[in-house]
Amino acid sequence: MNIIIPIKQVPETGNVKMDEETGTVVREGAASIINPLDLYAVETGIQLKEKLGGKITVITMGPRSAEKALREAISMGCDDGVLISGKEFAGSDTWVTSYVLSEAIKKIGDYDLILAGERATDGETGQVGPEIASFLDLPMAAYTSRIVELNTESVVVERLIEEEYEMLRLSMPALLTVVKEISYPRLPTLRGKQRAKKIAIPVWSKDSMELDEANLGLKGSPTRVVKISTPQVLRNGMVIPADDEESTVRAVNQMLDFMREKNLIR
Amino acid sequence: MNYQGVWTVSENDQGKLKGVSYELLARGRGLADKLGNELASVVIGHNITDEAVEELIHRGADAVYLVNDPGLRHFVVENFSAVLRDLINVYKPEIVIAGATTYGRTLMPHVAVRVNAGLTADCTELDIEEGTGNLLQIRPAIGGNILAEIKTPERRPQMATVRPNLIKHAEKDERRKGEVVNVEFKAEWIDRRVEHLGFRKSEGENINIQGADVVVSGGGGLKKKENFGMIKKLAESLGGVVGASRVAVDRGWMSYPHQVGLSGKTVTPKLYIAVGISGSIQHLAGMKTAETIIAINSDSDAPIFKVADFGIVGDAFEVIPALLESLDHY
Ligand SMILES: Cc1cc2nc3c(=O)[nH]c(=O)nc-3n(C[C@H](O)[C@H](O)[C@H](O)COP(=O)(O)OP(=O)(O)OC[C@H]3O[C@@H](n4cnc5c(N)ncnc54)[C@H](O)[C@@H]3O)c2cc1C
Ligand SMILES: Nc1ncnc2c1ncn2[C@@H]1O[C@H](COP(=O)(O)O)[C@@H](O)[C@H]1O
Repeated sequence: MNIIIPIKQVPETGNVKMDEETGTVVREGAASIINPLDLYAVETGIQLKEKLGGKITVITMGPRSAEKALREAISMGCDDGVLISGKEFAGSDTWVTSYVLSEAIKKIGDYDLILAGERATDGETGQVGPEIASFLDLPMAAYTSRIVELNTESVVVERLIEEEYEMLRLSMPALLTVVKEISYPRLPTLRGKQRAKKIAIPVWSKDSMELDEANLGLKGSPTRVVKISTPQVLRNGMVIPADDEESTVRAVNQMLDFMREKNLIR
Repeated sequence: MNYQGVWTVSENDQGKLKGVSYELLARGRGLADKLGNELASVVIGHNITDEAVEELIHRGADAVYLVNDPGLRHFVVENFSAVLRDLINVYKPEIVIAGATTYGRTLMPHVAVRVNAGLTADCTELDIEEGTGNLLQIRPAIGGNILAEIKTPERRPQMATVRPNLIKHAEKDERRKGEVVNVEFKAEWIDRRVEHLGFRKSEGENINIQGADVVVSGGGGLKKKENFGMIKKLAESLGGVVGASRVAVDRGWMSYPHQVGLSGKTVTPKLYIAVGISGSIQHLAGMKTAETIIAINSDSDAPIFKVADFGIVGDAFEVIPALLESLDHY
């Protein structure tokens, strides 16, 4: 079972700070981590490998420093990493990102499964997984919450949709995007860390793959971010105390009045 | 470029249209009117009734592209993508919008690649730029910390998924007339590599927290699983469903489908009640576009109060039982 896992390096959201004056996000100092939702894909891949053998290649497109994310995934138990990096790729939207990742996946070749995160916590589009499946014309299950059955021919999965779970059978090779419910990410092992430190990670540039240059980076991207602003999130509604029986009764009554006013209860 | 008109991708469940379809019509109608163009809706499925199609017209569609066949009974992305791709290639709409639901967010990226179009995810606002007539797509990113305005200047169609439950359904006007285009089914749309095997209901609580008008969520402040009992009761008495913070899910008090936030679901109910939830940036990412937010927390400095329309600083174990009692006597 050979598995390819595209992972993304993102700023740690817990550390995202807002510049109160300019209203912009302060990225400096925010640590970069593996997209937390990709860890579930990594864990799922490792579990499959432990059961069925084979190898896992993690790939990422990003700045040189994104190599760290690959090494981290390797320290958890992935085998190889490929970094796709170069200034031509800067400013790529999801269409371009998945185009490049698809070409990289073709070049790696010989895979049975591609596992992607449900979405990245920075852009939060959740588009790259389905788009890779579309580019590579692979059967896909998005929002996979469980792998029910898997062999060399096909995979049966459950996907989490709004009201319930849906069961699908996909022939292999296939692509799954996974949700958090599928697994619980393990920590890196000491041996894994040592291996990750030493392993050579190839860096692929635009010339390493068969890419149409017109389709790369900002200029190849169909979508453009034209403006960034900070939404007003503060509502600063009325806040009242409930610290003894009397004030609790009062607070509850006020809450009911409030809900009635808003037509939330009759 | 010859691309014209605005399309919505309607959603249905075994032939029954979902509410998000009417919300998309409201969005689409506004865009089409600004452009002075037609609004059409695409419905793909099986057992779609004439009444359902009529309803789309009554609620604003000038035309409905109906693809109705037993082969399309269940949403299989490969099949639906082939249908939508072909329709786009033949009729060349300028704008295509769908719900930012698991359906829209699976289907639209798949199609966007096939038709070489740009796609913007999970928009909260759409508008038409004066002068150029380009679609302006506004969406939150980085856990809702920023709003990005996005354009697709060159490629067509301009595609977007739109966060559901943010605006009212398009009004019904039974005098409205429209055209129905019955699209003939093509066997080649069906991808034999994928088979729908069935559905499984989740055990326990209703997990459709995205479709609910009221979500009552509990967090770390509830201390243990049993205490979710009162959250469930409150949700029930308000006709809502139960949500949870990540802490509550990680401790096994509620299952993952109930998780609200950056690594869970995004909800936009009419009423969100947060009980014993601090209001971390990651939790807020999933609920701050709710219409009304009420917070109950013992710490007056909890950040959740900043986004609340109404807050009670107090012990949930005192406040919620008192609240339930009052609601009972109601
Ligand atoms: C990448 C990433 C993704 C994440 N995704 C999510 C996500 O999707 N959803 C999410 O929720 N979190 C998410 N988190 C976690 C998030 O950072 C917080 O840790 C989490 O939201 C805290 O949950 P909580 O407020 O319920 O618990 P706590 O932080 O434990 O807060 C408990 C609150 O309850 C109050 N309280 C205590 N006792 C009482 C009482 N008796 N009565 C009333 N109030 C009481 C306390 O004052 C406190 O404010 C994510 C974190 C990361 C790093
Ligand atoms: N630059 C990237 N490099 C590798 N994988 C990526 C990249 N961007 C997105 N992905 C993958 O696609 C998933 C969805 O990302 P997104 O569409 O950006 O929300 C992520 O969870 C990753 O698995």
